[in-house]
Amino acid sequence: MTSLVELRGARASLGGREVLTGVDMTLERGEIVTIVGPNGSGKSTLMRLIIGAVPLQGGSLTRAPGLRIGYVPQKLQIDPTLPLSVRRFLSLPARVSDAAAAEALEHAGGTGLEQRQMADLSGGQFQRVLLARALLTRPDLLILDEATQGLDQPGSARFYRLIEQLRQELGCGVLMVSHELHVVMAASDRVLCLNGHVCCEGAPEHVASAPEYRALFGSGTQGALALYRHQHDHDHGVACDHDHDHGHAHHDHHDHGSHSDA
Amino acid sequence: MTTGMRITTTTTMEATPMLDDFLVRAALAGLGVGLAAAPLGCLVVWRRMAYFGDATAHAAILGVALSLAFDMSIFTGVLVIALSMAMLVSTLSGKGYAMDTLLGVMAHSAIAFGLVAVSFVSGVRIDLMAYLFGDILAVGKTDLLVIWGGAAMVLVLLVWRWQALLTATLSPDLARASGINPERERLVLTLALALVVAVAIKVVGTLLIAAMLLIPAAAARPFARTPEAMALIAAVFGGVSALGGLQASLWFDTPTGPSVVCLAALIFLGASFIDLLRRGLSAQAK
Ligand SMILES: Nc1ncnc2c1ncn2[C@@H]1O[C@H](COP(=O)(O)OP(=O)(O)OP(=O)(O)O)[C@@H](O)[C@H]1O
Ligand SMILES: [Mg+2]
Repeated sequence: MTSLVELRGARASLGGREVLTGVDMTLERGEIVTIVGPNGSGKSTLMRLIIGAVPLQGGSLTRAPGLRIGYVPQKLQIDPTLPLSVRRFLSLPARVSDAAAAEALEHAGGTGLEQRQMADLSGGQFQRVLLARALLTRPDLLILDEATQGLDQPGSARFYRLIEQLRQELGCGVLMVSHELHVVMAASDRVLCLNGHVCCEGAPEHVASAPEYRALFGSGTQGALALYRHQHDHDHGVACDHDHDHGHAHHDHHDHGSHSDA
Repeated sequence: MTTGMRITTTTTMEATPMLDDFLVRAALAGLGVGLAAAPLGCLVVWRRMAYFGDATAHAAILGVALSLAFDMSIFTGVLVIALSMAMLVSTLSGKGYAMDTLLGVMAHSAIAFGLVAVSFVSGVRIDLMAYLFGDILAVGKTDLLVIWGGAAMVLVLLVWRWQALLTATLSPDLARASGINPERERLVLTLALALVVAVAIKVVGTLLIAAMLLIPAAAARPFARTPEAMALIAAVFGGVSALGGLQASLWFDTPTGPSVVCLAALIFLGASFIDLLRRGLSAQAK
């Protein structure tokens, strides 16, 4: 089975500045991968590179042929001069039946919003509608850029359950960006820590203990992770493609230096 | 300026006698432009391209000079220049220039150079006013054919690309993710804009084409809950402005192009007033 997306040494520049420098990444069908990284580390740029909105400056990007992508952008500003009901928004760019629209909304927890104007929605409702639209394309790959921003606690929990359920129903791959580190760790198969380049990647508990990750997020996040780690403390392969003085992350390894700007 | 125009009209007396009446031709010409400009105007408004419309429309006067110099039809000359200008502006905006200043510079230089060029080419032979403010009463049968042909092309183009245009307008990234190329949609829009400019110059003139794009669309906004509704309402307003403006120009013996735009502006005023009233009422109800 071919990968949904494969990046090899991918580079991207925005406004004349190199934002992504040599990113390697693969995404398989039915896999949930989360990108973590500080603000401005190029997470959104990576998503936009994959959907084709940012040109590839070097390296390679391979998408499975005929790949259908459901994309939830980090922000979407709707011009106030554009009247747009939720129902109409769901029919962009492909028209969908009322039944399909209602089902997608229900899936995403936005039942009954059809007749509302997009501009009148609350932040959380807006997010749910964006997700509903992404689901309507029956995607092979869901790309979610901080899709839980503005969702209330139950909404967020429900969201991650939904992602899990969709992966099983549709068999789609999921690539998401999140800052909710503790939730991410429990909800993903693989975590990729990004800071202009891939600092480290692998199963969540390994990334959490990788020095590169700690250098970026500090050990403050360890508290939240401890619980998770204790329950899942068995070995997964971890790939830290970082040519430092070590090739692997060890659990007893402590912070060394920082990675700050790439 | 209404009476002089009638004489210059060359009418070939054949078939469809209805079209022999210059007023019927004028009405049809106005209607064609109003109907095509309004939906396109909606897209221009949504995409915040108002100045873009201005620059393209103003360049049309350069197209007139070109047509006179090379003895082409006005339509061809204007289409070529409007298309070049629209492409230029579109490319520059894609490259992230500070657009408002640059567009202002281009819009005004285009009209200045155009006027100078026209005076070089023609001496005093032509009536500049006709190109600046339109000359709807002088619309001949061929003009009518060109106007309706152009308007139909614009409408077909918009209907055909509507879903993609709308998605790309909403967000280029969402468009990309769905396999739509926003650059291509911008090209479609550019082409439609140039076409509207080329057919509208005879009706409302260079200076007021952008008004026919913007005003009906702006007036339609408060009454619409979907993009399609806004485009339809704008088309109705555009059509009503064209016909009503023509009628008013006959009643008050005023220049037709400006009269059409005046009516559109009045409709906008009325629409804004109704919107304000409605908001006031709904605020009180709470
Ligand atoms: N359109 C743009 N033009 C120029 N630079 C940009 C543009 N968009 C983003 N950048 C820069 O690229 C870098 C990466 O931005 P990106 O949006 O990918 O970060 P991010 O990891 O998604 O951050 P956040 O967590 O805040 O969403 C940042 O330094 C940002 O300033
Ligand atoms: Mg981001």
